Amino acid sequence: MKVKSKPSFTVISPGMLTTIQDCGRFRQAHLGITTGGAADNNAFMCANQLLKNSEDAPALEINFGGLQLIANSATTIAITGAQAPISINGEVKANWQCHHLNKNDKLDIGFATSGCRIYLAVSGGFIVPSQFGSTSTVIREKLGGFDGGAIKTGQILPIGQTEKIPLNKINSHYIPKYSNQLNLRVITGYQISSFSRQQVNKFFASEYQVSSQSDRMGYRLTGPKITSEISSMYSEGICQGAIQIPPDGQPIVLANDRQTIGGYPKLGSVLSIDLNNLMQSPQGTKIHFEPISIHCAHTLLHLAKAKLTNVPLIQGMS
Amino acid sequence: MSRNNMSITTSITTAQPTIEIAGENALIIYLDDTCLVKTSSKIAQLKTLLSEKLADKLIEQIPSYNSLLVVFDLYKIDYFAIRKTIKEQLLLLASAHQTKCKTIELPVFYSEKSGPDLALCAKKANLSIDEVIHIHQAQSYQIFALGFAPGFAFLGEVDERIAMPRLATPRKKVPKGAVGIADQQTAVYPASSPGGWNLIGLCPTPLFDPDNAPHMPFSVGDRVKFKPITEQEFTALGGKL
Repeated sequence: MKVKSKPSFTVISPGMLTTIQDCGRFRQAHLGITTGGAADNNAFMCANQLLKNSEDAPALEINFGGLQLIANSATTIAITGAQAPISINGEVKANWQCHHLNKNDKLDIGFATSGCRIYLAVSGGFIVPSQFGSTSTVIREKLGGFDGGAIKTGQILPIGQTEKIPLNKINSHYIPKYSNQLNLRVITGYQISSFSRQQVNKFFASEYQVSSQSDRMGYRLTGPKITSEISSMYSEGICQGAIQIPPDGQPIVLANDRQTIGGYPKLGSVLSIDLNNLMQSPQGTKIHFEPISIHCAHTLLHLAKAKLTNVPLIQGMS
Repeated sequence: MSRNNMSITTSITTAQPTIEIAGENALIIYLDDTCLVKTSSKIAQLKTLLSEKLADKLIEQIPSYNSLLVVFDLYKIDYFAIRKTIKEQLLLLASAHQTKCKTIELPVFYSEKSGPDLALCAKKANLSIDEVIHIHQAQSYQIFALGFAPGFAFLGEVDERIAMPRLATPRKKVPKGAVGIADQQTAVYPASSPGGWNLIGLCPTPLFDPDNAPHMPFSVGDRVKFKPITEQEFTALGGKL
């Protein structure tokens, strides 16, 4: 009897760094296990929405691009996130929409021209075992994905459904434009009252740049030095987007793969919907910070959630 | 409540706990830290109280030394409600009895072979190697925080006589199970990683198992006691040199 192989992709080239991600690993930080999850949650959620997947369905996060896959079965995919040349069997395709793939089709995602993280979701999601309630890959912790690592050449990536489903695309008004100038709103807090007023004013009035030492753990920025009056403090829990000021005075915005606790003073945290944009920013991006209250943040987040759950999808052929 | 009782309550209460905003969905609570061991137990207790009260409205709780970071689901509870709940639980905490914590015994093979910094620690402390070992294993330690890596427990406080600053240049690779000292803290590395602590021995007990529950033998607020073992015992317990 002929055994029917399970639906999957074969990795021809993994690109610079491609990992499995979902919404993240929660309720484990007290064990020292970090959140992980898609660095640009907005693009990730849109990819699954295009396919009518569950919102947490595992997808590929392609950092900077360079991914090549062969489909081992017919399926439907959705691509969102950074702008990058996309082709199927050499034919150019658009971002922020679904595409059908036939068996043996070759998908090629080139290098990002705007933004730096691309999301590839597949109908029914990638089939990955869950660890601590999530499939998100955190390489430092060797958790999630396939054996806790990035995807590799020759690897087989099992997928859910093989049916072709309607091809949706996202209304162009809803497609973010990744800019090389960002305004990041900050909910002020943590040790901000221990910084002098002058230092706080300097932080919010200055321009910073994304440095080369920026990754899924955190974004190191360069710019005017901020000094803190705190010489030492106990390590404490770090939330997503926290802005810490190490002794060199150069701010670090802590992101998905951050350590769960740390002992540097912090000014507050970047609003999550703005953090999505920061995580799409390459080196050299210019950053300004703007202080907001937690009440303002909640209003913005409720509005953003309403918008995201009602993204109008347009049906039609690509 | 009698006037007498009230005055007792007032005298027990020391510095006021503070609640600060940490992020869009996170608050951080700081407790008085004059006695860190007591504070750490209170933090663990507060975490339990909040878990019972708020259940799925909470996304994370990270206890660490004198603080508790509370991450909440802002679509399930608003800022005013969570702040109010925390304040109420802090009042309960002030009058609550100390809950019993568990003590976990961890075997350690202390030697120059398994602890490359043991001789230097002894020299710096002006003690013999045996004295350093004796001091390290004589007391039990409180778990102040879990972090750095899954299963890495920050234990304290180490006897001042053997407190050592971190290495000037961290090691690129510290072996799994390595027992280290950094200032007045001690810890066991649950997995091989870079690290700058002074290494004095090896522990054969696995401290992090991602596939089977319980994933870790302890949690914040528990205590750890080290028990010296021989090389033969270390090997028999599955330790590798």
